[in-house]
Amino acid sequence: MTIYLDNNATTIAAPEVVEAMRPFWSEQYGNASSMHSFGGQVKRHIDRAREQVAALIGASPAEIVFTAGGTESDNLAIRGAIEALEGSKKHIVTSRVEHPAVHSPIKRLENLGYHLTEVRVDSDGALDLEMLDRSITPQTALVSIMWANNETGVLFPIEEIAQRCKERSVFFHSDAVQAVGKIPIDLSRVPVDLLSISGHKLHGPKGVGALFIRKRTKLLPQLLGGHQEGNRRAGTENVPGIVGLGQAAELALEGLDKEVVRLATLRDRLEKGILDRCKGARLNGRNRLPNTLNVSFEFIEGESILMMLDEHGICASSGSACASGSLEPSHVLRAMGVPFTCAHGSIRFSLSRYNTVEEIDQVLEVLPGIVDRLRELSPFVQNGGSWA
Amino acid sequence: MWDYTDKVMDHFRNPRNVGEIKQPDGVGLVGSLACGDALKLMFKLDDQNRIDQVKFQTFGCASAIASSSAMTEMIKGKTLEEAEAITNQEIADYLGGLPDQKMHCSVMGRDALLAAIDNYRKGKGFERKVESRVVCTCFGVSEQDIERAIRENHLKTVEEVTNYTKAGGGCGTCAPDIEAILTRILGSPPEEVAVPQKPKRLTTIQKIKLVEETLEREIRPALRKDGGDIELVDVDGNLVIVSLRGNCAQCRVANFTLKDVVEVKLREFVSDDLVVVEEAMAGM
Repeated sequence: MTIYLDNNATTIAAPEVVEAMRPFWSEQYGNASSMHSFGGQVKRHIDRAREQVAALIGASPAEIVFTAGGTESDNLAIRGAIEALEGSKKHIVTSRVEHPAVHSPIKRLENLGYHLTEVRVDSDGALDLEMLDRSITPQTALVSIMWANNETGVLFPIEEIAQRCKERSVFFHSDAVQAVGKIPIDLSRVPVDLLSISGHKLHGPKGVGALFIRKRTKLLPQLLGGHQEGNRRAGTENVPGIVGLGQAAELALEGLDKEVVRLATLRDRLEKGILDRCKGARLNGRNRLPNTLNVSFEFIEGESILMMLDEHGICASSGSACASGSLEPSHVLRAMGVPFTCAHGSIRFSLSRYNTVEEIDQVLEVLPGIVDRLRELSPFVQNGGSWA
Repeated sequence: MWDYTDKVMDHFRNPRNVGEIKQPDGVGLVGSLACGDALKLMFKLDDQNRIDQVKFQTFGCASAIASSSAMTEMIKGKTLEEAEAITNQEIADYLGGLPDQKMHCSVMGRDALLAAIDNYRKGKGFERKVESRVVCTCFGVSEQDIERAIRENHLKTVEEVTNYTKAGGGCGTCAPDIEAILTRILGSPPEEVAVPQKPKRLTTIQKIKLVEETLEREIRPALRKDGGDIELVDVDGNLVIVSLRGNCAQCRVANFTLKDVVEVKLREFVSDDLVVVEEAMAGM
């Protein structure tokens, strides 16, 4: 049996989502742009999905552009906004803990001559709002700050940041792929200009996402060659994907407030259990999404923990260097100053609405033994991290 | 997910020879918590000078644990001369192979073995090997380690050297250094790269400008990749005062600082007589 606790990586498509998508493969397979009713009727379903996604985040349907996923949404937002400014401003503000889908396009712009300020976070993962404030100048073209961190779940003060950007007429983009569908978001109150959404993070299908583009925000399309999505994103619509994302958004909105509480309770049970029962455990990040728990285990290494959890059918992830195939631990944990004694031994558990209390208790049953076993193998436990 | 062989998984699940030996004849320690993997190896010889008991402790991933375990099995009953002839490739082969990016685990196993043998001989009054220059300061990898990995495993690229030794996998500033070692051993000249010529006589303004340009071109890209940065504080005669920012300010993995790397680059591109100091030290 699989206990899937890696929902910040991807989620199961909800059965309702799969069912909603089904007719659009071989029954209603027309092209929404066609001049016959067979194709034309498909447009109705895309419009419906647009309404469903807009409703989830308090936007109007015209502000939603469908994309091929969170990564495309981030790229479109950043590059599209910067290109629309035609080089009139050459400074970008972001954080040190962004997802690569934000970090890499910004790095590309840095190579093209843009200046970059990467706002730091403290040891709890909280953003240095004062540094962000100081960083914004009349030269600042774009601020891009994630809504919630994918590794730690730490939430950033998006409402305040959006307000400050608005006051100073700076584009504000937020990568919200981890937040949308997990916590209430109301963009009618929060003046974000651009916001990225991913389908497969909220029980929708992979390969589809959306970008919220607030009315009157200038953005240059990055995919050219068609009038689709109001000339903002060319290419024949991924109809099954879009319908699936719409359905997923509607499901997420239903009973969201209750689900936030249930998830937080479940996560807290896991958190408390681990901190109480496992030796050398340390919590990474505070003020988080309700579903995310990132813990480090002193003197042992994350990939080994994952492999042993895997033997019990438990799926989690790690910010350890070995697990990612790089040689350095997670940039998020390093930005938080997590000590080296712990940085390589971090494990992320991310829950979904399909997880149960029995599953959490099963993890708590096996994890302390795994930690003990790896600590027995570790040369550092006896001497508190040193050789001698 | 890594593609580990059944044998790797077996040695990971059921590692052989875990633990410590009281009063060992030789002890080898390699790696560190900062590096993400480390191995402590101990052995005891019998009256025939063969390895009688061997124990290890490993901090690291599945393949690090499996490589350590495999190595201990391979050296049991061997003389030190036989044991030190074991290559990292033989450790990997024993396990049915390791993923490319995990070859450094087998190298760690072999390095701990050599360190333990070295420790034994030093204790017995044998001459110790000459210490070699540290090339990768992030992971404390010496020129000798890199040379050995290149020769034994027929490595051709910097990326391969990183897979086998971890050198160059941190801040990346030593990549040109590794390239130079590869060139020296493989004997093929590097591709011609146009580097700006070093001017002869510089005014202070020119010097500051050139220092800043060199930092920007040669040092910052690698540091930024790693979440760090370096700032030029002042240039006073031949004294260049810098300040490390971000992760670099805390990273002291080896007892070695970035100062040396910066100084080498500035001497190469600006002026031979430059001395680099960090801001905090300059005030003292």
